[in-house]
Amino acid sequence: MAHTWEQILTEHKTTMLQIEDLHVSYGGIRAIKGISIDVGSREIVCLLGSNGAGKSTTVRAISGLETPQSGNILFAGKSIKGWAPHKIQRLGLVHVPEGRKIFANLTIRENLLMGAYHTRDKVVLRQLFERVYDTFPILASRSGQLGGTLSGGEQQMLAIARAIMSRPRLLIMDEPSLGLAPMIVANVFEIIKRIRDEGVTIFLIEQNVNVALKIADYAFLLENGVVSLEGPGYELIEDERVKQAYMGGGRSNN
Amino acid sequence: MSSQRIFRKDFNSTTKIRNKVLTLLSVIVLLGFLFYADRNLDAYSVRILQNIAIFIILAVSYNLINGIMGQFSLAPNAFLAIGAYTSAIFTLSPEEKLRSFIIEPMIWPLSQISLPFSLSLLIAGIVTAFVALLMAAPVFRVRGDYLAIVTLGFGEVVQVLANNLVSLTNGSLGLKGLYPFTNLWWAWGVCIFTVFCTVRLVNSSYGRAMKAVREDEMAAEAMGINAFRIKTFTFAFSAFFQGVAGGLLAHLITTISPSLFTFMFTFNLLIIIVIGGLGSITGSILAAILITWGGEALRVFEEPSTFFGFHYEGIPGMRMVIFSAILIVVMIFARGGIMGRYEFTWDGLFHWFKRKLLILGI
Repeated sequence: MAHTWEQILTEHKTTMLQIEDLHVSYGGIRAIKGISIDVGSREIVCLLGSNGAGKSTTVRAISGLETPQSGNILFAGKSIKGWAPHKIQRLGLVHVPEGRKIFANLTIRENLLMGAYHTRDKVVLRQLFERVYDTFPILASRSGQLGGTLSGGEQQMLAIARAIMSRPRLLIMDEPSLGLAPMIVANVFEIIKRIRDEGVTIFLIEQNVNVALKIADYAFLLENGVVSLEGPGYELIEDERVKQAYMGGGRSNN
Repeated sequence: MSSQRIFRKDFNSTTKIRNKVLTLLSVIVLLGFLFYADRNLDAYSVRILQNIAIFIILAVSYNLINGIMGQFSLAPNAFLAIGAYTSAIFTLSPEEKLRSFIIEPMIWPLSQISLPFSLSLLIAGIVTAFVALLMAAPVFRVRGDYLAIVTLGFGEVVQVLANNLVSLTNGSLGLKGLYPFTNLWWAWGVCIFTVFCTVRLVNSSYGRAMKAVREDEMAAEAMGINAFRIKTFTFAFSAFFQGVAGGLLAHLITTISPSLFTFMFTFNLLIIIVIGGLGSITGSILAAILITWGGEALRVFEEPSTFFGFHYEGIPGMRMVIFSAILIVVMIFARGGIMGRYEFTWDGLFHWFKRKLLILGI
C-alpha cells in the first residue's frame, strides 16, 4: 500500500478553497462584510442566500473578476487574492458563470474547445472530448450545431461540459438551476453529483435550497453580506431559519 | 459510438489533402489570370485589379478586429497613413527628398536613406504594428461605442501629425514623385499572403479565442483567456497588414498627402466589411471586389448613352445614387451581409453540389 490511513484521511480532509474574512465593496456599498468559508476537497459545498445577499459578489471575488478590499482567498493553500481571472482559471479553479454564458455563435465543439484552451496535447484533448461526450451524449450528437440553438437545459449542460474541458480541481457553479424546468434541474444536479464523485470539488451557489441541500455535503447561508448559518446539508434542510427564509415561512404557516 | 463518428470527421486526412490541393490549384488559376491580365488588359483594368487587391488586404485585416473579434475600431485610416508615409519616406531618393521638402528640410538620417521597395513595405508593416501595440494599452480599456470614439480620435491625431510634422512628412504638401513600384504581382502577392495568414489565424485556437471575446468577454476570461492580450495581438496583426497596404497604395498612386487618409477611408472599409458580412473573410473579399469594381462599372450611368431609341445624357454623380440604392437594398434583404458569418469551404461546396445532384435525381 502506498498510502497509510493517515495519509488518506488527511488527503480527504484537505481544504481546496479557503476564504478568510473577505470584504468586498462596490463604489461605497459594502456587499460582503467579512465572510469565512472553507471548501473541503472532493465535497459539494453550497452557498445559499436570497437575492442581494452577496452570493455572486463572493464568486466574482474568488474568480478574480472583483478585487476584494481585505481578507484572503487561498486555493489549494496558495493565495490567489487579486490575481487576474485567466491566471486563476489556469490553476484549476473554474467558474461556470450565472446564466450559462455559452458562446452562442460558436459551435458546440468550438465551445468545448474554448474550455480546453490551454490544452495543446491532441491525445489529452481527445480523452477530454470522450469523457465529456460520454457524460453528455446530447452534445456529441449536435457537435456541429451553434451553441445558441440549444435549449436552456442543454445550454447549462454545455456550460458545465465546457468547464470540465479545462480539467478543473474546483468547479464554482453560479445558479445552475436558474430558469430551468424542475425535471431538468434534477438532471443537472445528478450530473453535479457525478462530477464530484469523479474527484472534482464543487462550490455551488444556489437559490433553489431544497434541491441544493439534498446533494450538499456542507452549506453556508449568506444574509446581507455575512454568513448567518452553516452546517452539513442534511442539518440545514431541517433548520427553521432556512425554511423561514426560503420555503414560504415553513411550519408557521401550518 | 457517436463520439467516434465526430472524431472521424476531424481526422480525415484525405479530405484535408484534397482541400489543400484545390486551394493550391485555385491560387495557380488566379496567378494564371494575373499573368494574362498583365499582358493583355489595358492600364485602366490593371489599375482596378491592383485597387481590388489592396482593398482585399485592408478589408480582411479590418474585418479581423471588427467582425471576428467584435471590437468596433475606426482606426484603419490611421494605420494606412502610417504605413503609407513610412514606406514612402524609405523609398524616396535623397535628391527627391531635397527637392520636395521646400518648407523645412527633412530630418537628417531619414533624408539620406533610400531602401528597396520590399524592405520599405516590411518596415511600414512593423512600424504600424508597433504603433498599434503602443495604442492597445489605452484603447482597450474601453469597449463598444467608447472604443469607436477613441480609435476615431486616434485617426484624427495621426492626420494632424502628418500635417504638422513638416520635417518628417512635408506637411500638407505631402510626398510626391514616388516611384510606381506597386504592380499586379506586388499587390496580389501581398493580398494572397494576407488572406493565407488571416485564415490560418482564425482557424487556430487564437481565432477561437477572438470569437469567444466577441461573444462574451467575461465568459472568455472565465475560460482562462487573457482578453487584453488577444485584443492587443490581433490589433497589431491587423495593423501590420494595413501598414503594408498603405505602402502599396502610396506606391500605386505615387503622391500622398494627409488629406488622402481621412475618416472617409475607414468609412468605405466599414461599408465593405458590413456588406460582406461582419466576421466572414469570404464576405470581406467578395465585397472588396464588388465595391471596388462596381464603383467603376457604375460609371456607365454617368456617360451619355442610347438604349431602345431613348437618349440619356448622363448625370454626373449618378453612380453614387445607384450605389447607395444598392447598399440600402442589400441591408434590407440581407441584413447579415452577403455571406453572413459563413465562410467558403471546399467541404461546403462539395456538400452543396451533392445536394443539387440529389434534387436533380442523379
